[in-house]
Order: sequence, then structure tokens, then C-alpha cells
Amino acid sequence: MNTFAASASDASARAALLARIWAALDTLSDPEIPVVTLREMGILRDVVWQNDGVLAVVITPTYSGCPAMGQIEDDVRTTLATLGVNARVQTQLAPAWTTDWMSPTARDKLRAYGIAPPARCGANSNTDAASTVVQFASRANKPEVVPCPHCGSHDTTETSHFGSTACKALYKCLSCMEPFDYFKPY
Amino acid sequence: MTAHLDYVLHLADNALVLGQRNAEWCGHGPILEEDIAMANISLDLVGQARLLYQHAATLKGDGTTEDSLAYFRDVPDFRNYTLLELPHHAALVGYAVDNRDYAVTIVRNFLYSTLMALVWEKLQTSQDEHLAAIAAKSLKEVRYHLRHSHDWLVRLGDGTEVSHAKTQAALNHLMPYTQEFWSASDFESHVTSAGIGVDTATVRDDWQTLVNNGIADATLQQPSTEGFVHTGKHSLHSEHLGFLLAEMQSLARAHPQGVW
Repeated sequence: MNTFAASASDASARAALLARIWAALDTLSDPEIPVVTLREMGILRDVVWQNDGVLAVVITPTYSGCPAMGQIEDDVRTTLATLGVNARVQTQLAPAWTTDWMSPTARDKLRAYGIAPPARCGANSNTDAASTVVQFASRANKPEVVPCPHCGSHDTTETSHFGSTACKALYKCLSCMEPFDYFKPY
Repeated sequence: MTAHLDYVLHLADNALVLGQRNAEWCGHGPILEEDIAMANISLDLVGQARLLYQHAATLKGDGTTEDSLAYFRDVPDFRNYTLLELPHHAALVGYAVDNRDYAVTIVRNFLYSTLMALVWEKLQTSQDEHLAAIAAKSLKEVRYHLRHSHDWLVRLGDGTEVSHAKTQAALNHLMPYTQEFWSASDFESHVTSAGIGVDTATVRDDWQTLVNNGIADATLQQPSTEGFVHTGKHSLHSEHLGFLLAEMQSLARAHPQGVW
């Protein structure tokens, strides 16, 4: 067998393995929000061969103290073990996870589940500290408009900055009077 | 290297000690929403502390872990600001028991979150890439903490006669402790010149402006900052830290081989 053929079949075997791994990992959902997958949330970043020839699944933590991260890591490990794949799970902090990475599908699923999806952070996340903070904390600052996931009304009000988990705020719709969670822009 | 490690531990100890203090409200919050909010803020702070201790453990080597740093160091090893270890009530001796005062909690979180919103912002460009990555995450979180504490500072300060008086008393009590933010220390000077840390003097004006605005919004009077300059970051603490650590560390020390 010549080397070209060997490397070509090697490459296609690798591609097939990668496809199998992605397919398996795609079934994993967020432990706190079971309607969205880890990939749609932007938590599952990559599957790569590292220099030492070992596969690594790269995940990015959401909130620093999110208790779901341990569960997510365990779920990924279990899935890899079921596939019989020898891979490590690597946690990567930079670039920091942002809700801007959530896919449009994830946003739709959140809304259907009763959680208002996050507004875009966009350029705001890296502007000058003092001005951002002042704007953020100012009394005159208009709170962001969060449409109700149940009835679509824009007539909503914030009950509390912090809701059932660190990533959510608690809102109330003044049209249909239903309370709902708002996934905060991060 | 020692200065670098001390600096990361200083940041970690700040987050852990305040996280532990705020968590005392868990199940005892003045209203349900605030009980949840304070638990969430603690979760963020303890999460930041974990990332920082893991980083410190890597810098230190020799088998150190995040748990050994959090649970098996004693008062003279901790480098947190004294402000963060104080109980949630006015100045009393360490073993005194008094009702927790939410105004103290809010004012402390406001003073400290304002500082950290500015410090984490700058640390994003630290020469220590791992610290910069932690800073980028922590910044997103502390902005929510600041928004929360500012909001409640205004509600309490511009609230009833009683809430106003309690918030003013909390501000008068805690403000002198903020002098420690600006006092010089060898480890901070070293990390600043190495491009790893932030010279807090460079954010002092912004901090003062933000705090003044908050005080004005809350219809409170500017308190005096005069008084003893505390020395927690130099590992010389008030009598309160020992009680806090005893409670936090007792489980890990009762089961020193325990893993979870």
C-alpha cells in the first residue's frame, strides 16, 4: 500500500469517527434547560485531534459558578465512553462564553419552552468600563424590553434580576399576567 | 512568582470570603426574590473563586489543589480585604450574635462590585492569559452584581425613614474599610509592573464617581472615610475571619480525605 492511499483512508476514517462523535454529542441537552442541546447553547465548542494524537472535546463554561457544568462534563464523558472513543474533555475559558453564541434554533426552542431568549450583547460587552457600568446601574436607565414568551406582549416588567438560576431573571407579563424567566444577556 | 501567586490568591480569597458571607442569607433572605438573588450572587463568587484557586494551584504546583487552598489554609494565609469578612451587622466583637442587617449586605456588595467591575475590566488585558480569561467571565457577572446592589441601595436609601437610617448607618460603618483598596502592597506593585495585575490607584477616580452617584441616587450622605486602614490583604485580619473560616472549613477538615 502506498503512503498516499494509507493517509487518504486514514483521513476518511478520521472524518467518519468525527461525524459519529458529533452525532452522539448532538443528542446531549443542557441539564437545566432540557429543550436545547449543548451545541445549540454554544457550550460544546469543538472536537479536535491534539498534538499528542488524542481527541479532545472542547467545552466552554457558562457562568463561573454554574452547577450544571459538572453534569455537562460527565454527560460528555459518558457519551464518549459509550462510543468507545478515547478522548479527553477540555474546558476552555477564552474566548468567554456569551449568549450571542446561542443558535437561532435554540432561541426559538427557549421561547417555546417559556423562557424569553437573551437580547444581543453585541459590541456592548467590551466597551469602556466606567460608561458601561454607569449606564448599567443608572436609575434613569430604561430597562430592556423583553417580549413575553407566552403571548408576545412587550408590556412586561422585571420582578427580580435573579431568577431560578444564575443565568435568568424573573419577569412578569402585564398583558397575560404570566410570570416567566428571561435568559440574561451574558 | 510569589507576588503573582499572592495576587491570584488575593482575588480568589476576596471572592470566596464574600461568597461565603452572602450565602449566609440562603434560606433567610428578607424576601424570596432576594434570597434567590443573594444565593445566585454567591454562586458566581464561589465559581470565580474556584477558577482562581485552580489557577493558583497550577502556579504553585507541588500537589496543591483548589480544595487545599480553600479549606486547609488558616487566617494568616488569607489575603482578602477586611471589608469582605465582616458580619452583616454593625461593629461588634467576633463572637457576638446579632440580627443580620440587609443594608450592610447591600452597601458592601455595592462598594466591592463597583471596584471589581473596574478591576476585572482592566485585567482582561493581563499578561497572565489565564487570569485575563477569568477576568472576561467575571466582568460579565460582576456587572449584574453591581446593577443589583445599586438598585437596592436606591430602594433602601430612598425608601422609608427606617430603611434610610439603616442604609446610612451601614455606609458610615463600611466606608472607612474601602481605604484598604488603595493602600500599597508589595505583591500588587510587583504584579502591576509585570503587567499581570492592576494598580487600583488607576481606577480610584472612576470608583469614586460611581460610588458618589450611587450615594446621591439613594439620597444618602457622603460618609467619612477616615480611620484605621485595614490590612486583610496583608494577611492581618479582623477577629471575624476565623469564625467564618471555621464554619466554612469544618466539613472538609472533618473528612480530610473526602472527595466529591
